[in-house]
Amino acid sequence: MKPRARPGRGVVWLLLLLGGVLMVIPFVYMLSTSLKHNVEVYELSLLPRAPTLHNYRRLIGASGFPRWFLNSFVIAGLTTLSVLFFDSLVGYTLAKFRFRGRRLVFMAILSTLMIPTEMLVLPWYVLSRNLGWLDTYWGIMFPGLMTGFGTFLMKQFFEGVPDELIDAGRVDGLGEFQIWRRVALPLVIPALSALAIFTFLGNWTAFLWPLIATTDKSLYTLPVGLASFSGEFQTEWEMVMTGASFATLPTLLVFVLLQRYIVRGVMLAGLKG
Amino acid sequence: MLDRLSLGARRTLTAWGFLAVPLVFYVGIRFYPTADAFLMSLTDWSIVGERRFVGLANYRRLAADPVFWKVMGNTVQYLVVGVAVSLGLAFLVAYHLDRVRVGHALLRALYFVPHVTTAVAMGWVWRWLYQPVPVGVFNGLLVALGLPQQPFLRSTEQALYAVLAPAVWAGLGFQVVVFLAGLKAIPQEYYEAAAIDGAGGWRLLVEITLPLLRPTTVFLVVVSSIAYLRIFDYVYSMTSGQGGPLDATKPLVLKIYVTAFGHFQMGYAAAHTVVLFVILLVVSLVQLRVLQAR
Repeated sequence: MKPRARPGRGVVWLLLLLGGVLMVIPFVYMLSTSLKHNVEVYELSLLPRAPTLHNYRRLIGASGFPRWFLNSFVIAGLTTLSVLFFDSLVGYTLAKFRFRGRRLVFMAILSTLMIPTEMLVLPWYVLSRNLGWLDTYWGIMFPGLMTGFGTFLMKQFFEGVPDELIDAGRVDGLGEFQIWRRVALPLVIPALSALAIFTFLGNWTAFLWPLIATTDKSLYTLPVGLASFSGEFQTEWEMVMTGASFATLPTLLVFVLLQRYIVRGVMLAGLKG
Repeated sequence: MLDRLSLGARRTLTAWGFLAVPLVFYVGIRFYPTADAFLMSLTDWSIVGERRFVGLANYRRLAADPVFWKVMGNTVQYLVVGVAVSLGLAFLVAYHLDRVRVGHALLRALYFVPHVTTAVAMGWVWRWLYQPVPVGVFNGLLVALGLPQQPFLRSTEQALYAVLAPAVWAGLGFQVVVFLAGLKAIPQEYYEAAAIDGAGGWRLLVEITLPLLRPTTVFLVVVSSIAYLRIFDYVYSMTSGQGGPLDATKPLVLKIYVTAFGHFQMGYAAAHTVVLFVILLVVSLVQLRVLQAR
């Protein structure tokens, strides 16, 4: 029994709803403005009188937008695949193999969580410059191919997989790699999907390193492209809102479809704290 | 040949085989660059030409740099105001949301949505809301209510808070959800026992809910502190990378970016990053201590 209900409860509920609506109002304004004719932009009406896709067509035609969208998608997608593969393989190895140096490797990987990206971007830039990685997909992707956080997460989950199942795989004559892939991996799919969602969203919205790693406009990711918007559409707010909608809609879609997993993942992080 | 090794030795070999590529990655892309950043901070280097070793000169220059202290002041303001306001609001929302049964999932989703969006895009949206009339919604509302317009991003006094607002807005949902998890983890028996003793709502909050929520609160304070210490995306996108007016909104990370990639003073920028690293390390160590003490 939570503290007893009182008459004020309906009011509290309404206040919560009001607060929630205020939270999403910026999105409503953003989307509605992206659907407005330019003459209508300076009216503060919440909904467009005659919705049009004109701004979207113009944006796709006039600037690097489709390319930025593709760049973000490919980079976030490939990075996520790499993180899933390496973080789960390393997590599994550290959870299920007994060998000297195991603890040291784990502590070393864990300690990378303490190193801020802001400190690493300077040496990464120097490295990329010397090796010719600037303005390439690889150059944007390489720092994120493996993560200490994902390795830690996967190790925790693999520790819950019974050793008997792995031994059974050995008896059946599977190689160690096959045991990981066919026996252990299917058992941690919930953790893998949570890691996939967070990695994809994190890379989709990443800004600092992609900003540094690219100068060629055709290699910008969406956030970097958006940040460069000020020159191109300075005062055309309906175009800026169309660009912002473009970058936001995929994440909103991911959230609506996978809300339960995202919220559960965050709750898990909080409880482990 | 491999067959002649013992089972244990073969597994050890397999383990190192699985770890080979990741170890190269962690050494090459994490540890070596960390060491390089420290070394770089002891040099005078414009990225072209030789690195010239200058000892601690960059750190002495930092201590005498008025912009550095302005930026540190801004960063502390982002941190203190951001953490206080967002945790206060998040607890208020979570505490009441925890007792709601009707529409709980919907309400929670409304508060959480801003957390999954692109900061740069949302920076633009908020920048637009802050415009003077007839463009901006906030000033439109003020005028409609018969109040004077506000300069928001154009004022040296208001700009920092105008940039902080969307950052708080975007982080709120995360904190609400974590608080909710913490509230759910408090055993119901505690409330029942206290209710039998005649404790009312306020006393339950002060004597049971808040003390038992301490680990969650510590976790959120540390995670949010680290996030506000590293604030960059919103500032960059709302001030066109300038951190203006007159450096009024510039945080440490933006100064690092400008020093390194605007002025190409790599050694001096690296000294800034070392300062940031030390601050973040202290915050994390405090977290470890507090959490172990519970």
